[in-house]
Amino acid sequence: MSVRAYFSRHAQVFVGSLGRITHQPFASFMTMGVIAVALALPLFLSLLLQNARNATGNWNEAYDLSVYMDKKASAARTQALAKQLRLRSDVAAVRIITAEQALAEFRSDSGFGSALDALADNPLPDTLVVTPTLAAGTPQGTETLKSVIAAMSDVQTVQIDTDWVKRLHAMIDLLRRVLLLTAGLLGVGIVLIVSNTIRLDILNRRAEIEVMKLVGASDGFTRRPFLYSGVWYGLGGGLMALGLVGVASTVLARPVAQLAFLYGSSFGLQGLKILPGLAVLGLSVGLSWLGSWLAATRHIRAIEPA
Amino acid sequence: MIRFDQVYKRYPNGREALSGVSFEIEEGALTFLTGHSGAGKSSILKLIALIERPTRGQVIVNSQNTAGVKARGIPHFRRQLGVVFQDHKLLHDRPVADNVALPLVIAGVPRREIDKRVRAALDQVGLLGREKSRPLELSTGEQQRVGIARAVVAKPTLLIADEPTGNLDPELALEVMKLFKRFSEVGVTVVVASHDVHLIGQVGARRIVLEHGRVAAQDPA
Repeated sequence: MSVRAYFSRHAQVFVGSLGRITHQPFASFMTMGVIAVALALPLFLSLLLQNARNATGNWNEAYDLSVYMDKKASAARTQALAKQLRLRSDVAAVRIITAEQALAEFRSDSGFGSALDALADNPLPDTLVVTPTLAAGTPQGTETLKSVIAAMSDVQTVQIDTDWVKRLHAMIDLLRRVLLLTAGLLGVGIVLIVSNTIRLDILNRRAEIEVMKLVGASDGFTRRPFLYSGVWYGLGGGLMALGLVGVASTVLARPVAQLAFLYGSSFGLQGLKILPGLAVLGLSVGLSWLGSWLAATRHIRAIEPA
Repeated sequence: MIRFDQVYKRYPNGREALSGVSFEIEEGALTFLTGHSGAGKSSILKLIALIERPTRGQVIVNSQNTAGVKARGIPHFRRQLGVVFQDHKLLHDRPVADNVALPLVIAGVPRREIDKRVRAALDQVGLLGREKSRPLELSTGEQQRVGIARAVVAKPTLLIADEPTGNLDPELALEVMKLFKRFSEVGVTVVVASHDVHLIGQVGARRIVLEHGRVAAQDPA
């Protein structure tokens, strides 16, 4: 058989299997729908997660340390400490907020202006805002820096407000794992669903398979249209999944932008890109093909003319 | 050429269908297997088509010992023979032309060639022009002839038929038998299992008479 004849035969079977699928539109639609839902669920969650990571990614830089000076420390001492800290290799920058600046800021921001006037003394200490270098900006790095500074003289307390960032990242990490697990299970589900659909299809066409075997069809030849059916199911299900995710993203885009606006952010929901979209289609076709291969190989071998 | 040498066939349920059957069929001959139902006719055809394997003994088809044909080789082995069934075994959801074309499609014959040979085969059985009909739109006799066209379209060297006239009225039956005779005249080895002694007498060909799984008589011996 020539190469051309080989390809034209495959093409015929490929198109033929599509025709067969469209003969039972409802059943085929159901199978594709199950694939679509099984794919769309983890896909959409991963999209949300990716967006959450994008939104919180730059919060790593928020690991600044607030160093509160002892009330008794002089302005000169504060300046000296700032200078000392700037020399450290793990410190990128030190900003001084004097007690007066802090009070002025607090007065304008808090709305407690008149109440503050009642105070005889400025209750606020001088503060140093210490930004670690990028290399030292890890949770551990900042923790080390914190203990070093806290041990210095004239330092009252050192605060890092990173706990919630850490928790957020831990939560995202956990979600990511849950998502992977779910996606894995749903992937197995797709294989089983397609496998079962193809199995029923094979049993329905038992007589035909027997006849084909009697006139000399090999198992591979008999199996081929069923494998192509699997490919079509995967393709249809994958496209439907992308459609579902697209609709969901569109529906959520406005509320998300609104929410981000209220938080003073220009964050916008990122939809699915072309390459990951193609990867999803590929995965869908692959899983579906695997399901049909498992069913076809097993059940076609079992059918023998009698 | 077909040769059975002391062939025994016992089915899993314990029934012994063939008990030491030996015979030889020459190339290009028309041979009838006759006998009551259960005498072993179908078993012999199944052994020839490798649908079943002998429990004991040798079955040689086209100079090839079937014991040497492994499961993987069965499809290829079957392509050298055409099989006609009593119940036609046509695919009802496909037109006549597709049914007849099946062995050619499986063998990988190019499309253009297929159309030509399908028409030639349908012409041989007198059904040219019915390519687009569905099998159920045809009469039983016509369906049987579609089955015969499918069996001969790939030009097999060996044609076997199991009670091909079982559902046909005498006139149609004789016509089908004459068709088989014509194939044997052009060199195809034809083996037909039939219990219709009267019909066989009308056609006039070699007979192997089976009784309880044994060859009771051969005419001519």
